[in-house]
Amino acid sequence: MDLRQAVEADRVHRHVYTDPGIFEQEMDRIFHRVWTYVGHESQVRKPGDYWTVQVGRQPMIMIRHRDGTIHVLHNRCPHRGAMLFGNRSGNAGPTITCSYHAWQFDTDGACRMVPLSKGYDGTRLAPGGADCHLRDMKRAARVESYRGFVFANLAADGPSLREWLGDARIAFDDMCDRAPAGEVEIVPNCFRVIQNSNWKIFLENQLDALHPAVTHESTGKAAFDVEEEMKKRGGHAPLSYHYMSAFYTTPIAKWDQFQTLNYPHGHCILTGYMGLRPRDPDTLAYEEAMKQAYGEKRMEEILGVNIHHVLLYPGLSVQSPLQQLRAVRPLGVDKTLTEIWHFRLKGAPEAMYRRALGYYNLVNSPATLINADDLWNFWKIHQGLASDGGEWVSFHRNAGQDLEEGGVVTSCIGTSEAPMRNQFRAWVDYMGAR
Amino acid sequence: MATMSGDDPQRSVEQFLYRQAECLDTGDWQGFIDLFADDGIYWMPADPSQATGDGVPSIFYEDRDLMAVRMRRMMHPRAWSQKTEWGTNHVVSNVRIEKHDAASGLLVARSRFHMMEFRNDSTRHFAGSYIHHLQPSPDGYRIRLQRVDMVNAQGLYDYVLQAWV
Ligand code: FES
Ligand SMILES: [Fe+2]
Repeated sequence: MDLRQAVEADRVHRHVYTDPGIFEQEMDRIFHRVWTYVGHESQVRKPGDYWTVQVGRQPMIMIRHRDGTIHVLHNRCPHRGAMLFGNRSGNAGPTITCSYHAWQFDTDGACRMVPLSKGYDGTRLAPGGADCHLRDMKRAARVESYRGFVFANLAADGPSLREWLGDARIAFDDMCDRAPAGEVEIVPNCFRVIQNSNWKIFLENQLDALHPAVTHESTGKAAFDVEEEMKKRGGHAPLSYHYMSAFYTTPIAKWDQFQTLNYPHGHCILTGYMGLRPRDPDTLAYEEAMKQAYGEKRMEEILGVNIHHVLLYPGLSVQSPLQQLRAVRPLGVDKTLTEIWHFRLKGAPEAMYRRALGYYNLVNSPATLINADDLWNFWKIHQGLASDGGEWVSFHRNAGQDLEEGGVVTSCIGTSEAPMRNQFRAWVDYMGAR
Repeated sequence: MATMSGDDPQRSVEQFLYRQAECLDTGDWQGFIDLFADDGIYWMPADPSQATGDGVPSIFYEDRDLMAVRMRRMMHPRAWSQKTEWGTNHVVSNVRIEKHDAASGLLVARSRFHMMEFRNDSTRHFAGSYIHHLQPSPDGYRIRLQRVDMVNAQGLYDYVLQAWV
């Protein structure tokens, strides 16, 4: 279909989610042109440490070079094309060696050695030959990092990472500032869960404040009831129960009181406050460490930041106050991989890590008490959109009521579908469908 | 019900494991939870090299209270993803008693399981090992710790797990 007819200001045609041809165009025009989160610097501490990662359709690696720089390289041997790494992570040692004919590469991708190299004498691949640079591993066009979070871009042109993030870089500022040492450290465990649905369905859900009270009522109520029983027994539930019971104790109408901020490039923020600053001894000890590090005024500023979720379109969802993120790797038009990581606040008491861990285990593990119902919805949505039961996906809620100032759209109503409309503004720009 | 006194421990542990599997396969969630001691833990490590579930990422790390949340969720009339017909079949085998303290009766048993799940008109397979730390009680064993190592713990999960394995 003509892409220019597929997206209107308040509705989107279903083919945008289900047409394999459009998915291929999205790979080329969006995922091969944006900044893709590839990992955190603390994942690759020592020279030779690497993690494999998918950028758009491309299998790539993030690797630490011996001079300390981090490189993002195509996971492909320049000789006859074998992937150089068949495993997910490890240490390459001083050189990367191909398992097929033993070409060797430095950890920055430069070709170091070709066995029996005289076989190339007089060819274009000979040292000094016209194509001798093709002996090196191909690099991502650009690699930049922000506060330890590394991104790669397959396009040489376009905004810098900093420009592209814009104000949405608060995702990383908020996460890192909450550490007394001003930085976070990755916990080297990745939960990987496949959603049988189009990637955009997941992104639209991330800032959908209308759904939690409906979709997650069962878990909310269950956590609430057990919390009450624990109180009756004279105990109290860990904070992680509260994150779940909030879906029961926060009625739909209350979600309207939150706000969304919608930035250029499709990034959005849902503000919210789930009681992350209780007055228990653990929180007080943490605040003491924060006060020592920043002084009281700055600490209040940092802890006062009111973010629930930041979405960095099209591939990353960050929950900064709980130090977690979900990276989106589209595998096909109806298949999406999410990679879920969490972080430790450097310099914070262990109890604060336990808080993030509780959320990571209960909400983000493959035995999630929350996402089971989200993923089930996503599959049902995709099935519905693949049907002829209707042509359009509605994003009419509070359309025309958004406040725009300096390129930032504020929805004063939490359940407004402004974030979805904003995502499609970016989509239309990337896809050249204006 | 399996009793301990007078029984061959090998046989009574096997009967206990079969009973636990039956709870899962018949959806007797409360029966499953009641097999755990008051401070018992059900743990599925995120990574087979983990020695404890305390303070590290886990797929499951649940005491009886968290198990109660999981059970109540599954039984809620609007647990949407429970609407589709589903069921499991566990086969437990290779049962070995690794430690048996005669004085306290505490016992560590290792076994292997294979689970087939039917859900949403398709099937999935999970397999791995159990380690049960069991303590005697007047009406049979109680689980102090059950460790469940899935062969594919580190792999991709196509959809998620809703009940214990
Ligand atoms: S394909 Fe790698 S050395 Fe030949
Ligand atoms: Fe949700």
